[in-house]
Amino acid sequence: MMLLAVNVDLQTDATLQVDISDALSERDKVKFTVHTKSTLPNFKQNEFSVVRQHEEFIWLHDSFVENEEYAGYIIPPAPPRPDFDASREKLQKLGEGEGSMTKEEFTKMKQELEAEYLAIFKKTVAMHEVFLCRVAAHPVLRKDLNFHVFLEYNQDLSVRGKNKKERLEDFFKNVVKSADGVLVAGVKDVDDFFEHEKTFLLEYHNRVKEASAKSDRKIRSHKNAADDINRIASTLYTLGTQDSTDLCKFFLKVSELFEKTRKIEARVAADEDLKLADLLKYYLRESQAAKDLLYRRGRALVDYENANKALDKARAKNKDVLQAETTQQVCCQKFEKISESAKQELIDFKTRRVAAFRKNLVELAELELKHAKGNLQLLQSCLGVLKGDT
Amino acid sequence: MSCMRRFCHETQSHDSLHSCMCRRSVALLLLKMSEERDPAALSGSAQTEGEEDLFVSAMESPEAARLSAEDISPSSNGPRDDDPDDPDDLFAEATEEVSLDSPERQPILSDGPSPAITPVTISPRVDVFDRSPDLDEDEEENRDTFDIQISVSDPEKVGDGMNAYMVYKVMTKTSLSIFSRDEVCVKRRFSDFLGLHSKLASKYMHMGYIVPPAPEKSIVGMTKVKVGKEDLSSVEFVEKRRSALERYLLRTVKHPALLKDPDVLQFLESSELPRAVSTQALSGAGILRMVNKAADAVNKMTIKMNESDAWFEEKQQQFENLDVQLRKLHASVESLVCHRKELSVNTASFAKSAAMLGNSEDHTALSRALSQLAEVEEKIDQLHQDQSYADFYLISELLGDYVRLITAVKGVFDQRMKAWAKWQDAQVMLQRKREAEAKLQYASKPDKLQQATDEIREWEGKVQQGERDFEQISKNIRREVGRFEKDRVKDFRVVIIKYLESLVHTQQQLIKYWEAFLPEAKAIA
Repeated sequence: MMLLAVNVDLQTDATLQVDISDALSERDKVKFTVHTKSTLPNFKQNEFSVVRQHEEFIWLHDSFVENEEYAGYIIPPAPPRPDFDASREKLQKLGEGEGSMTKEEFTKMKQELEAEYLAIFKKTVAMHEVFLCRVAAHPVLRKDLNFHVFLEYNQDLSVRGKNKKERLEDFFKNVVKSADGVLVAGVKDVDDFFEHEKTFLLEYHNRVKEASAKSDRKIRSHKNAADDINRIASTLYTLGTQDSTDLCKFFLKVSELFEKTRKIEARVAADEDLKLADLLKYYLRESQAAKDLLYRRGRALVDYENANKALDKARAKNKDVLQAETTQQVCCQKFEKISESAKQELIDFKTRRVAAFRKNLVELAELELKHAKGNLQLLQSCLGVLKGDT
Repeated sequence: MSCMRRFCHETQSHDSLHSCMCRRSVALLLLKMSEERDPAALSGSAQTEGEEDLFVSAMESPEAARLSAEDISPSSNGPRDDDPDDPDDLFAEATEEVSLDSPERQPILSDGPSPAITPVTISPRVDVFDRSPDLDEDEEENRDTFDIQISVSDPEKVGDGMNAYMVYKVMTKTSLSIFSRDEVCVKRRFSDFLGLHSKLASKYMHMGYIVPPAPEKSIVGMTKVKVGKEDLSSVEFVEKRRSALERYLLRTVKHPALLKDPDVLQFLESSELPRAVSTQALSGAGILRMVNKAADAVNKMTIKMNESDAWFEEKQQQFENLDVQLRKLHASVESLVCHRKELSVNTASFAKSAAMLGNSEDHTALSRALSQLAEVEEKIDQLHQDQSYADFYLISELLGDYVRLITAVKGVFDQRMKAWAKWQDAQVMLQRKREAEAKLQYASKPDKLQQATDEIREWEGKVQQGERDFEQISKNIRREVGRFEKDRVKDFRVVIIKYLESLVHTQQQLIKYWEAFLPEAKAIA
């Protein structure tokens, strides 16, 4: 199973290994087979598999987010919903336009769309797998009960997707949260480390968003250009078969060349997508999760400061002092707990990020070189043949 | 020789138009005599540079060039009275009869004020050069020593507002002797090119010569330029047009008959050119053209030709297929040009965002690597842009040119059909006249009978002429198509090889850029 490049520092620990061994794409859902190997005593067996759907992953992720105990950790971002709509639409359009193209063209386009569908499928499987691996690698989250149920319970978790009312609630919650987030972020932090991280993450997140969008657009143009070369190759072939002059051999040779170079161009676009676009998308989500952590800490800080103020007031009035003291204690503990783990989490985040970028940029450059050299060789050998003919 | 002298004398008394035309025919006859006599010593004819040039060019076809003189009036003692045994008598086989009032002539005469100085431009239709097969070898030789370079450059805007126009510098460098100088520079505007094409088309298309089409008009493009928008699209438009005009001229002079054509020479050499107003869409000539085009389309549908020659049918089908495929290819290439431009723009924008990301990254080594990535992407964006220009100017424009050229080829096949129809019509007419005469035999009306006999003779001549014209145009087309195909093979070969070389260059640059980047990426610690 192909692992996404972001899987860099996730040690394959013998105590708990998770992967997606199989996946099935049905009409409008994807069924993932989650396979676990573990030596931990909590599990009934050492190796087992269950079938899960996307909504169950989301349920698991949300349960982490809502758990106060995990407030001090960067929650691994949820995998995006499998989206085959665009690909399906293209396949449908192709079917409708079948009459207007030759049999060869139709078969060729169908093969390509099927390859595209397969690529999207592979990607969504990889992204769900990365999520599980991140959880399994996290020292605290891997012990989570819901996670174990997710891995082991071989019945349907009966997690239905959120209904309209719940989705509306979520929407309002998000609105409140972002407004609050702005307020909380405005509070200056005494700790330099966190103050720096706050500023850094805010800017970084926006820049990654921008870069991610632009890289998507670039790759799309690249794919379009490759499609054009495909059509040109087909027409050149027809010209080659029809031409009565010496040009027929010429056209056929060039058509053959363009068929091959087009495949390479399509591969270049696909590799850029994998190594660059996916990397940026992933870090967009992770940086958001890191921002969420900072928000939670900021929230706890504000609560702590408010509790201090309330305690001072209570002491001054000599009313409900004990209660105020307890509240203040709780807030203080919460805040300190979050701060402690948050610092480590953010440092780990940076390490992971640098390693992932390094790996991907190196691989990107190597692949670009490989493809450019392949292209060059094809072009030069064809030129040699064509020039020799004259 | 005596017959020719007599002809000179006789025609001098006719009106100026007639004498101009006769002068032309006489001048051409004199090619035969040029070895014996100094052409400049001829009496009665105004020798201009143009005519001398004509001698030189005519010298290249030493075999008997059969000329036709017009039948000025039925009663003139012109061609028919000549001694058929005189080998030097070039009138012996003069056949074409063109009445001065024929409607086909009008468009030519209305092409602006015809300069009286060079009579050679006035009676183009008269010349039906019958080239003997040996001539093709000469053509081949000439092509190998084809030494003429034409460049169209330095577009300049003249005037303001809606009356503004662009003027281009046309420079010709050549060692060919038909030109008066080695290097000539003239200024021409777009309508001048259209005017040249219009003249050439009316002179040569009906003979089966494939006349290269002029670049297309573009109201939108020109309006932008006139309005004075200095933006990228109007600069590109002017460059596209300049390049198209250059290719047009080069194709025109590559054609051996057109190269010697006086209109072409005048276009390339003379500093002043009469304004070709007839090229405007709404001029009188423009409207006439539209009417003729419509009439032609109708005729095409009604003429059902009995094709006796399989070669023509086969060729027409081939050109039909070629047309379809070239148009398809052209559309795909235009789409590629568009998408590559898009790719270039998007790559540039990504490069900027990568640079920004690098700026905000707080890990130093990664930050540097991201900035390097941004630089690489910026260079690649420039590469894509250059490649898209190559896509366009090499391939897309070539395909566009050939789509238009094939339209001209198809037009020439249509002309052959028209010639065939004319011949058939003449045969029908002859039949009718014979029937009429037979009837009059019994009616015994001697004067009407005489007229009928005369008419029969007239139409017999026309039938013979029609058949000859048809054979001539068929022969010409065969030769033209052969030449066209040779040129097509050469053009496509050259262009495709150049294009592949541009692709090679792009890949080489890509390799260079990524090789420089790789160590930077590896250096991230």
